[in-house]
Amino acid sequence: MLEMHHISKVYRTDLVETHALRDFNLTVEEGEFVAVTGPSGSGKTTFLNIAGLLEAFDTGSYRLDGESVNDLGDDARSRIRNRKIGFIFQSFNLIPDLDVYDNVDVPLRYRGFNAAERRRRITQALELVGLASRMKHVPAQLSGGQQQRVAIARALAGEPRFLLADEPTGNLDSLMARQVLDLIEEINRGGTTIIMVTHDPELARRAHRNVQVMDGKVTDFQPFEPRPLIAASAERAARV
Amino acid sequence: MFAYHVRLGLKSLRRNPVLTALMIGAIALGIAVCLTALNVFTLVSGNPLAHRNEVVFAVQMDSWDPNDPWDDERPTLLPYELTFRDAQAVLASDIPDRTVVMHKGAFVLGPPADAEDAAKPFIAIVRLAQAAFFPMFDVPFRYGSAWDSATDATAAAVIVLSKESNEKFFGGEDSVGRTVKLDDRDYRVIGVLDEWHPVPKFYDLNNGSLDDPEDAWIPFSRGELVEAQTAGNTNCWKPEVLNSYREFLNSECVWIQAWVELGSRDKVEEFKAFLDGYVADQKKLGRFPRPLNNKLSTVGEWLALNKVVEDDNRVLLGIAFMFLAVCLINTVGLLLAKFSGAAAVVSLHRALGASRKQIFRQHLVEVSLIGLAGGVLGIGVGYLLLMALRQLYNSYEAVTRLDWSVGFMALALSLIAGVIAGLYPTWRICRVQPAPYLKTQ
Repeated sequence: MLEMHHISKVYRTDLVETHALRDFNLTVEEGEFVAVTGPSGSGKTTFLNIAGLLEAFDTGSYRLDGESVNDLGDDARSRIRNRKIGFIFQSFNLIPDLDVYDNVDVPLRYRGFNAAERRRRITQALELVGLASRMKHVPAQLSGGQQQRVAIARALAGEPRFLLADEPTGNLDSLMARQVLDLIEEINRGGTTIIMVTHDPELARRAHRNVQVMDGKVTDFQPFEPRPLIAASAERAARV
Repeated sequence: MFAYHVRLGLKSLRRNPVLTALMIGAIALGIAVCLTALNVFTLVSGNPLAHRNEVVFAVQMDSWDPNDPWDDERPTLLPYELTFRDAQAVLASDIPDRTVVMHKGAFVLGPPADAEDAAKPFIAIVRLAQAAFFPMFDVPFRYGSAWDSATDATAAAVIVLSKESNEKFFGGEDSVGRTVKLDDRDYRVIGVLDEWHPVPKFYDLNNGSLDDPEDAWIPFSRGELVEAQTAGNTNCWKPEVLNSYREFLNSECVWIQAWVELGSRDKVEEFKAFLDGYVADQKKLGRFPRPLNNKLSTVGEWLALNKVVEDDNRVLLGIAFMFLAVCLINTVGLLLAKFSGAAAVVSLHRALGASRKQIFRQHLVEVSLIGLAGGVLGIGVGYLLLMALRQLYNSYEAVTRLDWSVGFMALALSLIAGVIAGLYPTWRICRVQPAPYLKTQ
């Protein structure tokens, strides 16, 4: 599903070279919920950006959903991002002057769906996160937890194969954090592969597997024990 | 997707209203100045008789001083006007389809004696010409018509009024058959012109190329009868004693403009031969001391010969476009600042699946909207500038009217200007690396 072999990434300035990832190897199976932990600066976010095709890597190979992404151009990478990957960010990253409906609509517009299909998907996604009644609210009118749920709805509306979450509960209080995590678990039970970067060991424990990253390398991981997918997720996987 | 881009563009512009206003204002200012200069240039450089350019000709003959050319700086140039005698010879030729010899005069034009509350008499500029003036120059009539060619010979006291003169004395109503006074004589109105403001005033460039047309027209032959003085330029080279109007008419002074309509190349050649023959005959009589040099010019050639579009106009236009360039450079700076501030939102769009091309198109639509808004505002400001110019310089009324084709040109120019100003900032925002902005937004 996601296979990274010997990935390296170096950030260079005039003065310093920073090895963000070095000989990074990771395989994530379909339907897994993987938590990636590690101290600050260990390379977690760089890994997530490369996994999400937001950054290029220097060496190594990366196959996503069976397809090598090493040499893809910008159009192809954007298409994969749009169709197969959903993002959840720590700071929600909603567009402040678009209402909830329009925020969820953004990736669907780039997908080229017609208006009726977009409406169906947006409504479905917002119902799933419990915010169907807040479609016309702008982000500033929502609590942090609600904003994050809108971001999750936006990520889910395109029915992605992967959900990449970067500290999704980092800006939330404990109650909100629990609700969001419950939602993420529910999404995973639906068959979506989830990779979540977090500092919080409590959150990491709720994943199937915990991958520890240190100095740009995977230093430890718990093996994946496959769980049966529910019928709906299998159907969705077949459709995508 | 285009409508979506427009919607996002409008939202983005509303996000920074001050910055947006500054950008639109900068483009509007540049466009307004360009529009003003372009408007004047277009009107001045136009050929109002372009559709008949190949058949209507100005006539010149070099009857000037044997020792001193007409123009010291351009010695090949001929006098722009003819003597009365030579004009009569041109008029007598039956080769042209139409012939007009004419000059302008100043008369006191007064309302009819029976008019109540009519406007006061005023010093009117009157053109003395043949009936052929009107069809040759495509002059439109609102009421009545021109006099006929027989009247050219009889010198009857008939008059054609301009639309403005008719408004002044008759409130714009049909005044055909009514009488007005020209100096102390009664003239019967036989025609009233419709709106007619050829710019430049091609048929008499020698007496103010941007002047309005005359207030009234009367037969050329009336001039001789009433001994009308010319209100235009009179140039003389020969020391002559001129004690009477008759002596003036027979002098070597040039003051009559002559135009002919020649419907074919054969006729042009035939008329040239006629002019050469006439001058040869006159040489035998001791006139035309300079080498044989007659000239027929189309309206376009006539406008170029008279340098209606002066170098100053071109320089002014160049400066206006340079000013627009400065405004655009400022807009580029403002756009860079604006798009830098939008890097986080762009990064988010990239993360959600927008390609660089889509981001490029999105921002190109946004800068086009800025250009369009700048254009609309610029046309408004340009219109006000032209109105201000008209208030300041009444004599330039003809060139301070907004030519709407120039308006549309300005709108297109502003759109292009907006896109040009936006190309570099748009390209830069497309190259932004999304990852850092997504983490720190």
